[in-house]
Amino acid sequence: MLSKVGQFDEMSGHTGAIRAPYARLSKWLSEANPEYLSSRRAQAELLFRRIGITFAVYGAQEQAERLIPFDILPRVISREEWALLEKGLAQRVKAINLFLADLYGAGEILKAGVVPQELIYRNPGFRPEMAGRRVPHDIYVHIAGVDIVRTDDSGFYVLEDNARTPSGVSYMLENREVMMRLFPELFASHKVAPIEDYPDQLLAALRSSAPPAASSDPTIVLLTPGCYNSAFYEHSFLADKLGVELVEGRDLFVKDDVVFMRTTEGPRRVDVIYRRIDDDFLDPLAFRPDSSLGVAGLLGAYQAGNVTLANAIGTGVADDKAVYTYMPEIIRFYMGEEPLLKNVPTWRCREPEALAYVLEHLGQLVVKEVNGSGGYGMLVGPHATYAQIDEFAQKLKANPTNFIAQPTLALSTCPIYCESGVAPRHVDLRPFVLYGANGARIIPGGLTRVAMVEKSLVVNSSQGGGTKDTWVVGDWPAPL
Amino acid sequence: MLSRTADNLYWISRYIERADFLARILQATRRLSALPKAYGGAETEWESALLSSGAGQTFSASGQTPSEASVTEFLAFAIENPCSIRNCIELARNNARAVRTALTSEMWEAINEAYLEMTTREQTRVQGGEELTRFLDFVTRVSLAYDGGAYRTMLRNDAYWFSRVGLFIERADNTARLLDVKYHVLLPQTEVVGGSLDYFQWSAVLRAVSAHTAYHWVYRESLKPWLVADLLILRPEMPRSLISCYESVVQNLDRLGKSHGHQGQAQRHARTVFAKLGNLSMESVFQSGLHEFIQEFIFDNNRLGALVSEQYLF
Repeated sequence: MLSKVGQFDEMSGHTGAIRAPYARLSKWLSEANPEYLSSRRAQAELLFRRIGITFAVYGAQEQAERLIPFDILPRVISREEWALLEKGLAQRVKAINLFLADLYGAGEILKAGVVPQELIYRNPGFRPEMAGRRVPHDIYVHIAGVDIVRTDDSGFYVLEDNARTPSGVSYMLENREVMMRLFPELFASHKVAPIEDYPDQLLAALRSSAPPAASSDPTIVLLTPGCYNSAFYEHSFLADKLGVELVEGRDLFVKDDVVFMRTTEGPRRVDVIYRRIDDDFLDPLAFRPDSSLGVAGLLGAYQAGNVTLANAIGTGVADDKAVYTYMPEIIRFYMGEEPLLKNVPTWRCREPEALAYVLEHLGQLVVKEVNGSGGYGMLVGPHATYAQIDEFAQKLKANPTNFIAQPTLALSTCPIYCESGVAPRHVDLRPFVLYGANGARIIPGGLTRVAMVEKSLVVNSSQGGGTKDTWVVGDWPAPL
Repeated sequence: MLSRTADNLYWISRYIERADFLARILQATRRLSALPKAYGGAETEWESALLSSGAGQTFSASGQTPSEASVTEFLAFAIENPCSIRNCIELARNNARAVRTALTSEMWEAINEAYLEMTTREQTRVQGGEELTRFLDFVTRVSLAYDGGAYRTMLRNDAYWFSRVGLFIERADNTARLLDVKYHVLLPQTEVVGGSLDYFQWSAVLRAVSAHTAYHWVYRESLKPWLVADLLILRPEMPRSLISCYESVVQNLDRLGKSHGHQGQAQRHARTVFAKLGNLSMESVFQSGLHEFIQEFIFDNNRLGALVSEQYLF
């Protein structure tokens, strides 16, 4: 069960004794004067604004482009901790891929009664169009961003498996670049595992998943909803690093089940689409007819096996929060292994007993919509007013299958440098897992998200969360 | 490359070039209108600034009367003028954002910084004085930074060529429109004893295309209207002359054609215009009519823009 003793801090543990991976950082921090840190902080903001690393918040008209707050203190993970995480993530994403191939194929896990059928077949993330069809190399999730939290140093919990179009990797990469500019001396004294090969690894994973019929030099594109999308910066950043065209739906067309892009030299065949558009908007002929973001006929080309979509259509069923609760069983079923990463204990509100418990304990729980994201539509019990709780209870009773509940985790904190100096804030971690024809690759590190507001547990960038650089360090010094 | 990307690059260059031209026009007009009447200073200068910028109609539709304040505001900051400096910079940035991958980081940073600085500067909406000079200097620096960034850092491939084609078509258009408004003062005339009233008009024309110093280096004599016209139309060493713009247009279109293995209407048309300019002398231009010549050039130049779109930017 989850730790109940005091707050766990990434740097100072439960007791205030500096943990080994942070020894150097802590010493450096105690010697650095506040003016120096403040000037670096200002410099970081300037760098981000100048490079134009912004994101848009839907509905925030007055400030269409906002900077994600960046904190200059790195979050440090030891190599040992990382090794465990890495194994656990690879196991998890492999299981998710096997699970999806099974769901859209033989359906063995359903026949075996491990996962209830109606949870899958009535799930909005399940795409009947994909049933009975194989995707190239049986890979559904090429890129996963698994959200990890911890409450003490005994291990990691998976909070969410983002198996659709996880974002944030550009911040991971840019944060590192900015940190290397600001604090070269820290990099010299820590042995930080590099992350700059992420784009190459991503490209390799995408190339390896091209349809068998494609040439040995497949044409890859990145499909974006366009420059008004909140993650557009990331899309253009990645396309640039990958050296592939950044296309919008209107740049592509389908003829005889083959996808082409419009170029200055005429149509050019496309083999792999790294798409950052949700399933619903991909093809107006197959999904939402009012979508102008997608490409008419894309599903047909996909079904004909002429193009690879990364991630595949229909992966949403695997990162559904109700399906999440079955992940330990799913891992055991396909891998015959015990899961290396823990699940956060979760009440499935679809089950009457669980629902009764949840309704009684709303004030202590976090309740989430099963297919919501971005921190919207959730209730954080301990931080909610009675009125909010009552209102939420009504929603919950009206449609219990739509919700799950989890205990409010005592998420670990990590020091940040803010106006008032060094202070602890809650963090999570999103490592990025790449899955190509040659298996899983995980870049050491990931995106650490910080709830910049004191005591807040919401780390989502759309709700004021910030980020920091994440260091996997190889050889930290002996305690001082 | 993607047609949409090529289209965006082409237009970014055009917008930046246009903003630069507008800034120079404003600067030159300020000088001219500040002169005493005896030296040719007149409020009508603000009207010709509007005409040269191509915003004459939108301005009269707004119901204002041309004055230093109203024209400066309209050309520099007005949101309702689609080709105001602020709109050019904003449009360039929107386009740049949409095709960031096709820009080098230097080019992007030049545009992004320009946009950010402009949003702070436009708050004050200066309409004159030293503050305005600084704003206009800022705008010309933007084009230098963007253009320099492109020249120094871009790969020499179709992205570069499209961006150059946009730049030179816009530049040719700007020079031609300036000539179109001012042609009457550039016609040859019998030498006036004691200098001409138009002297300052000629020098304003030169300043608008940043050729005031260049003139003296090329001709080594005092300002003569026909030489001003010669400089802006037929002098290949003058980077804003029509012939120089077309030399560059032809060059860049040729490279595009070679790399695509296909020469089309756009290449043929550009070569025809260039050849026509090469065979001209100023005498023949004046004989057959400077005004008619410029009108025809503007038409040809617009036609090239349309052909490029047709051929590449479908």
